Amino acid sequence: MEKSIKKYFPIFVLPTMIAFTIGFIAPFILGIYLSFCKFTTVIDAKFVGLSNYVKAFQDPTFLHAAWYTAAFTVASVLLINVLAFVVAKLLTKGFAGTNIFRTVFFMPNLIGGLILGYIWQLLLNGVLAYFGKTLTYTSAYGFWGLIILMLWQQVGYMMIIYIAGIQNIPGDLVEAAAIDGASKWQVLRYITIPMIMPSITICTFLTLTNGFKLFDQNLALTNGAPSKMSEMLALNIYNTAIRQNNYALGQAKAVLFFIILACVSLIQVRVSNKKEVEM
Amino acid sequence: MKGARRTKNIILGIIGILIAAYVLFPFYLVVMNSFKAQTSIVESPVSLAGASVAQLWENLTKVASNSNFNFWYAFGTSALITVISLVLLAVFGGMAAWVISRNNKKKWATAIYMVFIASMIIPFQVVMLPLISTFRDVGKFVGISMLQSIPGIVFAYCGFGGAMTVFILTGFIKGIPYELEEAASIDGCSPEGTFFRIIFPLLKPVITTVTILNGMWIWNDYLLPSLMLGQNGKVKTLPVAVQAFVGSYVKQWDLILTAALLAILPMIIIFMFAQKQIMSGMVEGAVK
Repeated sequence: MEKSIKKYFPIFVLPTMIAFTIGFIAPFILGIYLSFCKFTTVIDAKFVGLSNYVKAFQDPTFLHAAWYTAAFTVASVLLINVLAFVVAKLLTKGFAGTNIFRTVFFMPNLIGGLILGYIWQLLLNGVLAYFGKTLTYTSAYGFWGLIILMLWQQVGYMMIIYIAGIQNIPGDLVEAAAIDGASKWQVLRYITIPMIMPSITICTFLTLTNGFKLFDQNLALTNGAPSKMSEMLALNIYNTAIRQNNYALGQAKAVLFFIILACVSLIQVRVSNKKEVEM
Repeated sequence: MKGARRTKNIILGIIGILIAAYVLFPFYLVVMNSFKAQTSIVESPVSLAGASVAQLWENLTKVASNSNFNFWYAFGTSALITVISLVLLAVFGGMAAWVISRNNKKKWATAIYMVFIASMIIPFQVVMLPLISTFRDVGKFVGISMLQSIPGIVFAYCGFGGAMTVFILTGFIKGIPYELEEAASIDGCSPEGTFFRIIFPLLKPVITTVTILNGMWIWNDYLLPSLMLGQNGKVKTLPVAVQAFVGSYVKQWDLILTAALLAILPMIIIFMFAQKQIMSGMVEGAVK
Protein backbone atom coordinates (compact mmCIF):
# COMPACT_ATOMS: atom_id res chain seq x y z
CA MET A 1 0.00 0.00 0.00
CA GLU A 2 2.73 2.44 1.01
CA LYS A 3 4.49 1.56 -2.19
CA SER A 4 1.54 2.06 -4.48
CA ILE A 5 0.79 5.48 -3.03
CA LYS A 6 4.39 6.40 -3.62
CA LYS A 7 4.07 5.31 -7.21
CA TYR A 8 1.06 7.50 -7.74
CA PHE A 9 2.58 10.45 -5.99
CA PRO A 10 3.69 12.45 -9.04
CA ILE A 11 0.33 12.20 -10.75
CA PHE A 12 -1.61 13.21 -7.67
CA VAL A 13 0.48 16.18 -6.61
CA LEU A 14 1.32 17.27 -10.13
CA PRO A 15 -1.74 19.40 -11.02
CA THR A 16 -1.47 21.54 -7.89
CA MET A 17 2.32 21.69 -8.12
CA ILE A 18 2.30 22.80 -11.78
CA ALA A 19 -0.19 25.58 -11.09
CA PHE A 20 1.65 26.55 -7.93
CA THR A 21 5.06 26.58 -9.62
CA ILE A 22 4.01 28.57 -12.68
CA GLY A 23 1.56 30.80 -10.85
CA PHE A 24 3.58 31.39 -7.73
CA ILE A 25 7.09 30.03 -7.27
CA ALA A 26 8.44 31.09 -10.67
CA PRO A 27 7.03 34.64 -10.46
CA PHE A 28 8.24 34.93 -6.87
CA ILE A 29 11.84 34.00 -7.69
CA LEU A 30 11.73 36.12 -10.83
CA GLY A 31 10.31 38.96 -8.75
CA ILE A 32 13.11 38.82 -6.20
CA TYR A 33 15.67 38.80 -9.00
CA LEU A 34 13.99 41.65 -10.90
CA SER A 35 14.03 43.85 -7.82
CA PHE A 36 17.81 44.04 -8.31
CA CYS A 37 17.47 44.89 -12.00
CA LYS A 38 16.65 47.77 -14.24
CA PHE A 39 13.96 46.70 -16.68
CA THR A 40 10.97 47.65 -18.77
CA THR A 41 10.31 44.10 -19.94
CA VAL A 42 11.60 40.95 -18.30
CA ILE A 43 13.88 40.16 -21.26
CA ASP A 44 15.94 43.35 -21.15
CA ALA A 45 16.55 43.18 -17.39
CA LYS A 46 20.01 44.41 -16.37
CA PHE A 47 21.46 43.74 -12.95
CA VAL A 48 21.93 46.99 -11.05
CA GLY A 49 22.37 45.80 -7.48
CA LEU A 50 20.63 47.68 -4.72
CA SER A 51 19.86 50.88 -6.60
CA ASN A 52 16.09 50.18 -6.75
CA TYR A 53 16.07 49.73 -2.99
CA VAL A 54 17.99 52.95 -2.49
CA LYS A 55 15.41 54.72 -4.64
CA ALA A 56 12.57 53.16 -2.66
CA PHE A 57 14.00 54.51 0.59
CA GLN A 58 14.42 57.93 -1.00
CA ASP A 59 10.82 58.00 -2.20
CA PRO A 60 8.83 60.16 0.24
CA THR A 61 5.49 58.69 -0.91
CA PHE A 62 6.72 55.19 -0.04
CA LEU A 63 7.94 56.25 3.41
CA HIS A 64 4.68 58.08 4.04
CA ALA A 65 2.70 55.02 2.92
CA ALA A 66 4.73 52.80 5.27
CA TRP A 67 4.04 55.08 8.21
CA TYR A 68 0.39 55.49 7.27
CA THR A 69 -0.04 51.70 6.90
CA ALA A 70 1.57 51.06 10.28
CA ALA A 71 -0.66 53.63 12.01
CA PHE A 72 -3.73 52.26 10.27
CA THR A 73 -2.88 48.67 11.16
CA VAL A 74 -2.32 49.43 14.84
CA ALA A 75 -5.56 51.41 15.11
CA SER A 76 -7.62 48.84 13.19
CA VAL A 77 -6.21 45.81 15.05
CA LEU A 78 -6.99 47.40 18.43
CA LEU A 79 -10.44 48.72 17.55
CA ILE A 80 -11.65 45.67 15.62
CA ASN A 81 -10.56 43.24 18.32
CA VAL A 82 -11.90 45.21 21.27
CA LEU A 83 -15.25 45.82 19.59
CA ALA A 84 -15.51 42.25 18.31
CA PHE A 85 -14.84 40.96 21.82
CA VAL A 86 -17.40 43.30 23.39
CA VAL A 87 -20.06 42.32 20.84
CA ALA A 88 -19.20 38.64 21.32
CA LYS A 89 -19.64 39.04 25.09
CA LEU A 90 -23.01 40.69 24.50
CA LEU A 91 -24.17 37.94 22.17
CA THR A 92 -23.21 35.11 24.53
CA LYS A 93 -25.52 36.40 27.27
CA GLY A 94 -28.31 34.33 25.79
CA PHE A 95 -31.01 36.94 25.27
CA ALA A 96 -33.64 36.54 22.58
CA GLY A 97 -32.57 36.85 18.97
CA THR A 98 -28.81 36.46 19.44
CA ASN A 99 -28.63 34.07 16.50
CA ILE A 100 -30.24 36.56 14.15
CA PHE A 101 -27.86 39.27 15.35
CA ARG A 102 -24.87 37.02 14.75
CA THR A 103 -26.02 36.32 11.20
CA VAL A 104 -26.67 39.98 10.45
CA PHE A 105 -23.37 41.15 11.93
CA PHE A 106 -21.54 38.63 9.78
CA MET A 107 -23.11 39.76 6.50
CA PRO A 108 -20.61 42.52 5.54
CA ASN A 109 -18.03 39.78 4.96
CA LEU A 110 -19.91 38.69 1.87
CA ILE A 111 -19.09 41.84 -0.04
CA GLY A 112 -15.81 42.31 -1.87
CA GLY A 113 -13.43 45.08 -0.81
CA LEU A 114 -13.74 47.10 -3.99
CA ILE A 115 -17.54 47.31 -3.99
CA LEU A 116 -17.50 47.94 -0.26
CA GLY A 117 -15.14 50.86 -0.75
CA TYR A 118 -17.46 52.54 -3.23
CA ILE A 119 -20.52 51.99 -1.05
CA TRP A 120 -18.77 53.62 1.90
CA GLN A 121 -17.42 56.41 -0.23
CA LEU A 122 -20.98 57.30 -1.20
CA LEU A 123 -22.23 56.93 2.37
CA LEU A 124 -19.46 58.83 4.14
CA ASN A 125 -19.35 61.60 1.55
CA GLY A 126 -23.13 61.86 1.85
CA VAL A 127 -22.78 62.38 5.60
CA LEU A 128 -19.75 64.66 5.36
CA ALA A 129 -21.57 66.84 2.82
CA TYR A 130 -23.65 68.21 5.70
CA PHE A 131 -20.43 69.60 7.15
CA GLY A 132 -19.15 70.82 3.80
CA LYS A 133 -16.32 68.28 3.78
CA THR A 134 -15.38 65.17 1.78
CA LEU A 135 -13.35 62.06 2.50
CA THR A 136 -10.42 63.52 0.62
CA TYR A 137 -10.44 66.81 2.57
CA THR A 138 -7.34 65.76 4.55
CA SER A 139 -5.66 62.39 4.96
CA ALA A 140 -7.18 62.10 8.45
CA TYR A 141 -10.67 61.87 6.92
CA GLY A 142 -9.54 59.07 4.64
CA PHE A 143 -7.83 57.37 7.59
CA TRP A 144 -10.87 57.31 9.87
CA GLY A 145 -13.18 56.60 6.95
CA LEU A 146 -11.14 53.51 6.20
CA ILE A 147 -11.19 52.54 9.88
CA ILE A 148 -15.00 52.85 10.00
CA LEU A 149 -15.23 50.75 6.83
CA MET A 150 -12.93 48.05 8.19
CA LEU A 151 -14.77 47.95 11.51
CA TRP A 152 -18.01 47.49 9.64
CA GLN A 153 -16.55 44.69 7.56
CA GLN A 154 -14.43 42.77 10.05
CA VAL A 155 -16.02 43.06 13.49
CA GLY A 156 -18.65 40.49 12.52
CA TYR A 157 -16.08 37.94 11.41
CA MET A 158 -13.82 38.33 14.45
CA MET A 159 -16.90 38.31 16.68
CA ILE A 160 -17.78 34.80 15.47
CA ILE A 161 -14.28 33.58 16.33
CA TYR A 162 -14.50 35.17 19.80
CA ILE A 163 -17.94 33.66 20.37
CA ALA A 164 -16.53 30.21 19.61
CA GLY A 165 -13.75 30.90 22.12
CA ILE A 166 -16.08 32.17 24.85
CA GLN A 167 -18.42 29.21 24.44
CA ASN A 168 -15.50 26.86 25.00
CA ILE A 169 -14.87 28.19 28.50
CA PRO A 170 -16.19 25.61 30.97
CA GLY A 171 -19.09 27.12 32.93
CA ASP A 172 -17.94 25.68 36.29
CA LEU A 173 -14.72 27.68 36.04
CA VAL A 174 -16.63 30.94 36.07
CA GLU A 175 -18.99 29.62 38.76
CA ALA A 176 -16.09 28.55 40.99
CA ALA A 177 -14.56 31.98 40.65
CA ALA A 178 -17.87 33.61 41.52
CA ILE A 179 -18.18 31.45 44.65
CA ASP A 180 -14.65 32.46 45.64
CA GLY A 181 -15.87 36.04 45.47
CA ALA A 182 -14.19 37.15 42.25
CA SER A 183 -15.56 40.39 40.82
CA LYS A 184 -16.76 40.55 37.22
CA TRP A 185 -13.60 42.39 36.28
CA GLN A 186 -11.46 39.70 37.91
CA VAL A 187 -13.35 36.94 36.06
CA LEU A 188 -12.70 38.76 32.79
CA ARG A 189 -9.04 39.41 33.56
CA TYR A 190 -8.07 36.04 35.05
CA ILE A 191 -10.46 33.58 33.40
CA THR A 192 -12.11 34.81 30.22
CA ILE A 193 -9.11 36.50 28.58
CA PRO A 194 -6.56 33.75 29.34
CA MET A 195 -9.06 31.10 28.22
CA ILE A 196 -9.73 32.75 24.87
CA MET A 197 -6.06 33.45 24.16
CA PRO A 198 -6.12 31.17 21.06
CA SER A 199 -9.00 33.24 19.61
CA ILE A 200 -7.10 36.44 20.39
CA THR A 201 -4.04 35.07 18.58
CA ILE A 202 -6.03 34.16 15.48
CA CYS A 203 -7.96 37.43 15.35
CA THR A 204 -4.84 39.52 15.91
CA PHE A 205 -3.07 37.66 13.14
CA LEU A 206 -5.99 38.03 10.73
CA THR A 207 -6.62 41.72 11.43
CA LEU A 208 -2.90 42.46 11.35
CA THR A 209 -2.31 40.90 7.93
CA ASN A 210 -5.61 42.24 6.57
CA GLY A 211 -4.64 45.74 7.68
CA PHE A 212 -1.16 45.55 6.24
CA LYS A 213 -2.22 44.07 2.92
CA LEU A 214 -5.28 46.28 2.49
CA PHE A 215 -5.68 47.30 -1.13
CA ASP A 216 -9.18 47.14 -2.65
CA GLN A 217 -10.82 49.24 0.05
CA ASN A 218 -8.04 51.83 -0.07
CA LEU A 219 -8.28 52.05 -3.86
CA ALA A 220 -12.04 52.44 -3.87
CA LEU A 221 -12.52 54.72 -0.87
CA THR A 222 -9.97 57.49 -1.48
CA ASN A 223 -7.52 56.13 -4.07
CA GLY A 224 -4.77 57.81 -2.07
CA ALA A 225 -6.25 61.32 -2.32
CA PRO A 226 -5.47 64.05 -1.36
CA SER A 227 -2.15 63.90 -3.25
CA LYS A 228 -1.15 60.39 -2.10
CA MET A 229 -1.56 61.30 1.56
CA SER A 230 -3.99 58.42 2.23
CA GLU A 231 -2.05 55.90 0.18
CA MET A 232 -1.20 52.63 1.91
CA LEU A 233 1.76 50.40 1.00
CA ALA A 234 -0.09 48.02 -1.33
CA LEU A 235 -1.66 50.91 -3.24
CA ASN A 236 1.65 52.78 -3.37
CA ILE A 237 3.31 49.72 -4.94
CA TYR A 238 0.45 49.33 -7.39
CA ASN A 239 0.57 52.98 -8.42
CA THR A 240 4.35 52.90 -8.83
CA ALA A 241 4.38 49.71 -10.88
CA ILE A 242 1.15 49.83 -12.86
CA ARG A 243 0.08 53.47 -13.12
CA GLN A 244 3.54 55.03 -13.47
CA ASN A 245 5.02 52.00 -15.24
CA ASN A 246 8.05 52.15 -12.96
CA TYR A 247 8.36 48.37 -12.77
CA ALA A 248 11.79 48.16 -11.18
CA LEU A 249 11.01 50.53 -8.33
CA GLY A 250 7.60 48.91 -7.78
CA GLN A 251 9.19 45.47 -7.61
CA ALA A 252 11.77 46.59 -5.04
CA LYS A 253 9.04 48.19 -2.95
CA ALA A 254 7.03 44.96 -3.15
CA VAL A 255 9.94 42.91 -1.85
CA LEU A 256 10.41 45.37 1.03
CA PHE A 257 6.68 45.10 1.70
CA PHE A 258 7.02 41.33 1.88
CA ILE A 259 9.96 41.56 4.30
CA ILE A 260 8.09 43.95 6.61
CA LEU A 261 4.99 41.76 6.53
CA ALA A 262 6.99 38.58 7.23
CA CYS A 263 8.78 40.21 10.19
CA VAL A 264 5.58 41.58 11.70
CA SER A 265 3.77 38.24 11.37
CA LEU A 266 6.68 36.28 12.84
CA ILE A 267 6.96 38.61 15.82
CA GLN A 268 3.22 38.43 16.40
CA VAL A 269 3.17 34.62 16.28
CA ARG A 270 6.16 34.43 18.66
CA VAL A 271 4.62 36.83 21.18
CA SER A 272 1.23 35.12 21.19
CA ASN A 273 2.72 31.63 21.44
CA LYS A 274 4.62 32.74 24.54
CA LYS A 275 1.44 34.14 26.07
CA GLU A 276 -0.49 30.95 25.37
CA VAL A 277 2.19 28.82 27.00
CA GLU A 278 2.43 31.08 30.05
CA MET A 279 -1.22 30.66 30.88
CA MET B 1 -34.19 40.28 40.58
CA LYS B 2 -36.26 38.82 37.76
CA GLY B 3 -37.39 42.28 36.70
CA ALA B 4 -33.81 43.53 36.66
CA ARG B 5 -32.85 40.66 34.41
CA ARG B 6 -35.65 41.46 32.02
CA THR B 7 -34.67 45.12 31.84
CA LYS B 8 -31.11 44.05 31.17
CA ASN B 9 -32.21 41.79 28.33
CA ILE B 10 -34.29 44.56 26.82
CA ILE B 11 -31.32 46.94 26.96
CA LEU B 12 -29.09 44.31 25.35
CA GLY B 13 -31.72 43.74 22.68
CA ILE B 14 -31.88 47.46 21.93
CA ILE B 15 -28.08 47.67 21.65
CA GLY B 16 -28.20 44.67 19.30
CA ILE B 17 -30.85 46.31 17.13
CA LEU B 18 -28.84 49.54 16.96
CA ILE B 19 -25.72 47.67 15.82
CA ALA B 20 -27.82 45.69 13.35
CA ALA B 21 -29.17 48.94 11.92
CA TYR B 22 -25.62 50.24 11.52
CA VAL B 23 -24.57 46.98 9.83
CA LEU B 24 -27.56 46.85 7.50
CA PHE B 25 -27.64 50.53 6.52
CA PRO B 26 -25.01 50.28 3.72
CA PHE B 27 -26.92 47.32 2.25
CA TYR B 28 -30.08 49.40 2.32
CA LEU B 29 -28.19 52.24 0.69
CA VAL B 30 -27.12 50.07 -2.25
CA VAL B 31 -30.59 48.67 -2.82
CA MET B 32 -32.35 52.01 -2.44
CA ASN B 33 -29.98 53.94 -4.68
CA SER B 34 -30.28 51.32 -7.41
CA PHE B 35 -33.84 52.64 -7.75
CA LYS B 36 -32.60 56.19 -8.32
CA ALA B 37 -31.10 58.15 -11.20
CA GLN B 38 -27.56 59.55 -11.13
CA THR B 39 -28.70 63.11 -10.36
CA SER B 40 -30.80 62.16 -7.33
CA ILE B 41 -28.06 59.85 -6.00
CA VAL B 42 -25.51 62.64 -6.15
CA GLU B 43 -27.97 65.14 -4.67
CA SER B 44 -28.58 63.03 -1.57
CA PRO B 45 -27.58 59.38 -1.34
CA VAL B 46 -29.50 58.88 1.91
CA SER B 47 -32.89 60.27 0.87
CA LEU B 48 -35.59 58.25 -0.81
CA ALA B 49 -36.45 61.09 -3.19
CA GLY B 50 -36.45 60.07 -6.84
CA ALA B 51 -36.62 56.33 -6.24
CA SER B 52 -38.89 54.36 -8.55
CA VAL B 53 -39.21 50.89 -9.97
CA ALA B 54 -39.09 52.30 -13.49
CA GLN B 55 -35.72 53.86 -12.66
CA LEU B 56 -34.37 50.51 -11.43
CA TRP B 57 -35.39 49.02 -14.77
CA GLU B 58 -33.69 51.84 -16.58
CA ASN B 59 -30.51 51.40 -14.53
CA LEU B 60 -30.49 47.68 -15.24
CA THR B 61 -30.89 48.33 -18.97
CA LYS B 62 -28.14 50.95 -18.85
CA VAL B 63 -25.80 48.54 -17.05
CA ALA B 64 -26.58 45.73 -19.47
CA SER B 65 -26.37 47.83 -22.63
CA ASN B 66 -23.33 49.94 -21.82
CA SER B 67 -21.14 50.46 -24.85
CA ASN B 68 -17.85 49.17 -23.41
CA PHE B 69 -18.63 45.59 -22.56
CA ASN B 70 -21.39 43.06 -22.09
CA PHE B 71 -22.37 43.09 -18.43
CA TRP B 72 -24.17 39.73 -18.42
CA TYR B 73 -21.11 38.26 -20.04
CA ALA B 74 -19.05 39.64 -17.14
CA PHE B 75 -21.53 38.09 -14.73
CA GLY B 76 -21.19 34.73 -16.50
CA THR B 77 -17.41 35.06 -16.62
CA SER B 78 -17.26 35.60 -12.86
CA ALA B 79 -19.56 32.66 -12.21
CA LEU B 80 -17.64 30.40 -14.59
CA ILE B 81 -14.22 31.34 -13.18
CA THR B 82 -15.42 30.86 -9.61
CA VAL B 83 -17.13 27.50 -10.18
CA ILE B 84 -14.37 25.91 -12.27
CA SER B 85 -11.63 27.14 -9.92
CA LEU B 86 -13.51 25.79 -6.90
CA VAL B 87 -14.02 22.35 -8.44
CA LEU B 88 -10.41 22.08 -9.58
CA LEU B 89 -9.07 23.33 -6.24
CA ALA B 90 -11.19 20.80 -4.35
CA VAL B 91 -10.24 17.81 -6.53
CA PHE B 92 -6.57 18.60 -7.17
CA GLY B 93 -6.06 20.05 -3.71
CA GLY B 94 -7.58 16.94 -2.16
CA MET B 95 -5.37 14.67 -4.26
CA ALA B 96 -2.21 16.58 -3.31
CA ALA B 97 -3.18 16.80 0.35
CA TRP B 98 -3.86 13.06 0.52
CA VAL B 99 -0.49 12.10 -0.89
CA ILE B 100 1.33 14.67 1.23
CA SER B 101 -0.32 13.64 4.49
CA ARG B 102 0.20 9.91 3.81
CA ASN B 103 3.90 10.50 3.16
CA ASN B 104 4.43 12.93 5.99
CA LYS B 105 7.53 11.13 7.23
CA LYS B 106 9.31 11.58 3.91
CA LYS B 107 11.47 14.59 3.24
CA TRP B 108 10.02 15.62 -0.12
CA ALA B 109 6.48 15.68 1.24
CA THR B 110 7.52 17.78 4.23
CA ALA B 111 9.44 20.09 1.92
CA ILE B 112 6.45 20.65 -0.38
CA TYR B 113 4.23 21.19 2.62
CA MET B 114 6.60 23.75 4.13
CA VAL B 115 6.81 25.64 0.83
CA PHE B 116 3.00 25.80 0.71
CA ILE B 117 2.82 27.19 4.24
CA ALA B 118 5.61 29.70 3.67
CA SER B 119 3.94 30.95 0.49
CA MET B 120 0.81 31.98 2.35
CA ILE B 121 2.49 34.97 3.93
CA ILE B 122 3.82 36.36 0.64
CA PRO B 123 1.77 39.36 -0.53
CA PHE B 124 0.42 39.35 -4.07
CA GLN B 125 2.31 42.54 -4.96
CA VAL B 126 5.63 40.67 -5.01
CA VAL B 127 4.51 38.29 -7.74
CA MET B 128 2.13 40.64 -9.56
CA LEU B 129 4.48 41.93 -12.28
CA PRO B 130 6.47 38.72 -12.96
CA LEU B 131 3.20 36.78 -12.99
CA ILE B 132 2.03 38.65 -16.07
CA SER B 133 5.24 38.02 -17.99
CA THR B 134 5.45 34.39 -16.86
CA PHE B 135 1.90 33.81 -18.01
CA ARG B 136 2.55 35.53 -21.31
CA ASP B 137 5.55 33.26 -21.94
CA VAL B 138 3.76 30.11 -20.84
CA GLY B 139 0.79 31.08 -23.02
CA LYS B 140 3.04 31.45 -26.06
CA PHE B 141 4.69 28.16 -25.25
CA VAL B 142 1.45 26.21 -24.86
CA GLY B 143 -0.33 28.04 -27.64
CA ILE B 144 -3.28 29.18 -25.50
CA SER B 145 -3.49 32.80 -24.40
CA MET B 146 -3.12 32.79 -20.62
CA LEU B 147 -3.81 36.50 -20.29
CA GLN B 148 -7.24 37.91 -21.10
CA SER B 149 -8.69 34.45 -20.96
CA ILE B 150 -10.77 32.43 -18.54
CA PRO B 151 -8.46 29.36 -18.50
CA GLY B 152 -5.52 31.59 -17.59
CA ILE B 153 -7.31 33.07 -14.59
CA VAL B 154 -8.56 29.67 -13.44
CA PHE B 155 -5.00 28.39 -13.67
CA ALA B 156 -3.75 31.32 -11.59
CA TYR B 157 -6.39 30.71 -8.92
CA CYS B 158 -5.43 27.02 -8.75
CA GLY B 159 -1.86 28.14 -8.07
CA PHE B 160 -2.68 30.84 -5.54
CA GLY B 161 -5.45 28.95 -3.77
CA GLY B 162 -3.59 25.66 -3.83
CA ALA B 163 -1.42 26.36 -0.80
CA MET B 164 -4.23 27.22 1.60
CA THR B 165 -6.46 24.43 0.26
CA VAL B 166 -3.78 21.77 0.67
CA PHE B 167 -2.89 23.13 4.11
CA ILE B 168 -6.44 22.86 5.45
CA LEU B 169 -7.16 19.51 3.75
CA THR B 170 -3.91 17.92 4.96
CA GLY B 171 -4.79 18.70 8.56
CA PHE B 172 -8.12 16.94 8.10
CA ILE B 173 -6.82 13.89 6.23
CA LYS B 174 -4.31 13.20 9.04
CA GLY B 175 -7.32 12.38 11.21
CA ILE B 176 -8.71 9.77 8.81
CA PRO B 177 -7.61 6.26 9.94
CA TYR B 178 -5.13 4.65 7.64
CA GLU B 179 -6.84 1.24 8.14
CA LEU B 180 -9.59 2.34 5.75
CA GLU B 181 -7.13 2.56 2.91
CA GLU B 182 -5.47 -0.70 3.86
CA ALA B 183 -8.80 -2.47 3.82
CA ALA B 184 -9.57 -1.01 0.39
CA SER B 185 -6.17 -2.07 -0.88
CA ILE B 186 -6.69 -5.64 0.39
CA ASP B 187 -10.02 -5.70 -1.38
CA GLY B 188 -8.15 -4.88 -4.56
CA CYS B 189 -8.93 -1.18 -4.86
CA SER B 190 -6.44 0.88 -6.87
CA PRO B 191 -4.89 4.00 -5.30
CA GLU B 192 -6.95 6.36 -7.46
CA GLY B 193 -10.04 4.31 -6.64
CA THR B 194 -9.17 4.49 -2.94
CA PHE B 195 -8.92 8.23 -3.16
CA PHE B 196 -12.05 8.97 -5.19
CA ARG B 197 -14.32 6.30 -3.68
CA ILE B 198 -13.19 6.30 -0.04
CA ILE B 199 -11.16 9.36 0.93
CA PHE B 200 -12.79 12.06 -1.17
CA PRO B 201 -16.35 11.42 0.10
CA LEU B 202 -15.01 11.60 3.67
CA LEU B 203 -13.59 15.05 2.94
CA LYS B 204 -17.02 16.57 2.39
CA PRO B 205 -17.14 18.80 5.51
CA VAL B 206 -13.65 20.18 5.02
CA ILE B 207 -14.14 20.59 1.27
CA THR B 208 -17.18 22.71 2.14
CA THR B 209 -14.95 24.88 4.33
CA VAL B 210 -12.26 25.47 1.70
CA THR B 211 -14.86 26.00 -1.01
CA ILE B 212 -16.50 28.73 1.05
CA LEU B 213 -13.19 30.43 1.79
CA ASN B 214 -11.94 30.18 -1.80
CA GLY B 215 -15.35 31.09 -3.23
CA MET B 216 -15.64 34.34 -1.26
CA TRP B 217 -12.12 35.26 -2.27
CA ILE B 218 -12.40 34.44 -5.99
CA TRP B 219 -15.86 35.95 -6.54
CA ASN B 220 -14.81 39.24 -4.91
CA ASP B 221 -11.20 39.41 -6.08
CA TYR B 222 -10.29 42.50 -8.05
CA LEU B 223 -6.53 42.92 -8.43
CA LEU B 224 -5.64 39.61 -10.06
CA PRO B 225 -8.34 39.69 -12.76
CA SER B 226 -7.81 43.40 -13.38
CA LEU B 227 -4.12 42.79 -14.07
CA MET B 228 -4.57 39.64 -16.10
CA LEU B 229 -7.55 40.79 -18.12
CA GLY B 230 -6.55 44.44 -18.40
CA GLN B 231 -8.82 47.39 -17.68
CA ASN B 232 -10.03 47.72 -21.27
CA GLY B 233 -10.17 44.07 -22.25
CA LYS B 234 -13.31 42.40 -23.57
CA VAL B 235 -13.34 39.72 -20.88
CA LYS B 236 -14.27 41.10 -17.46
CA THR B 237 -15.16 39.77 -14.04
CA LEU B 238 -17.79 41.57 -11.95
CA PRO B 239 -15.41 43.61 -9.74
CA VAL B 240 -13.49 44.67 -12.86
CA ALA B 241 -16.81 45.63 -14.47
CA VAL B 242 -17.77 47.74 -11.45
CA GLN B 243 -14.40 49.48 -11.63
CA ALA B 244 -15.03 50.18 -15.32
CA PHE B 245 -18.04 52.33 -14.33
CA VAL B 246 -15.80 54.42 -12.12
CA GLY B 247 -14.54 56.94 -14.64
CA SER B 248 -11.49 59.10 -14.06
CA TYR B 249 -13.57 62.24 -13.59
CA VAL B 250 -17.23 61.40 -13.15
CA LYS B 251 -18.40 58.42 -11.16
CA GLN B 252 -21.50 56.86 -12.71
CA TRP B 253 -23.10 56.07 -9.39
CA ASP B 254 -26.32 54.72 -10.90
CA LEU B 255 -24.31 52.13 -12.82
CA ILE B 256 -21.82 51.44 -10.02
CA LEU B 257 -24.52 50.75 -7.46
CA THR B 258 -26.75 48.71 -9.74
CA ALA B 259 -23.76 46.61 -10.77
CA ALA B 260 -22.74 46.32 -7.11
CA LEU B 261 -26.22 45.12 -6.24
CA LEU B 262 -26.04 42.45 -8.93
CA ALA B 263 -22.61 41.37 -7.68
CA ILE B 264 -23.72 41.16 -4.04
CA LEU B 265 -27.06 39.46 -4.68
CA PRO B 266 -25.76 35.93 -5.47
CA MET B 267 -23.64 35.96 -2.30
CA ILE B 268 -26.60 37.04 -0.17
CA ILE B 269 -28.83 34.36 -1.69
CA ILE B 270 -26.23 31.64 -1.11
CA PHE B 271 -25.67 32.96 2.40
CA MET B 272 -29.39 32.74 3.19
CA PHE B 273 -29.45 29.06 2.30
CA ALA B 274 -26.16 28.11 3.90
CA GLN B 275 -25.50 30.66 6.64
CA LYS B 276 -24.56 28.04 9.25
CA GLN B 277 -22.04 26.35 6.95
CA ILE B 278 -20.59 29.65 5.77
CA MET B 279 -20.14 31.07 9.25
CA SER B 280 -18.69 27.90 10.77
CA GLY B 281 -16.63 27.32 7.62
CA MET B 282 -15.01 30.71 7.88
CA VAL B 283 -14.24 30.20 11.56
CA GLU B 284 -12.75 26.75 10.97
CA GLY B 285 -10.72 28.04 8.06
CA ALA B 286 -9.38 30.86 10.20
CA VAL B 287 -8.65 28.68 13.20
CA LYS B 288 -6.49 26.43 11.06
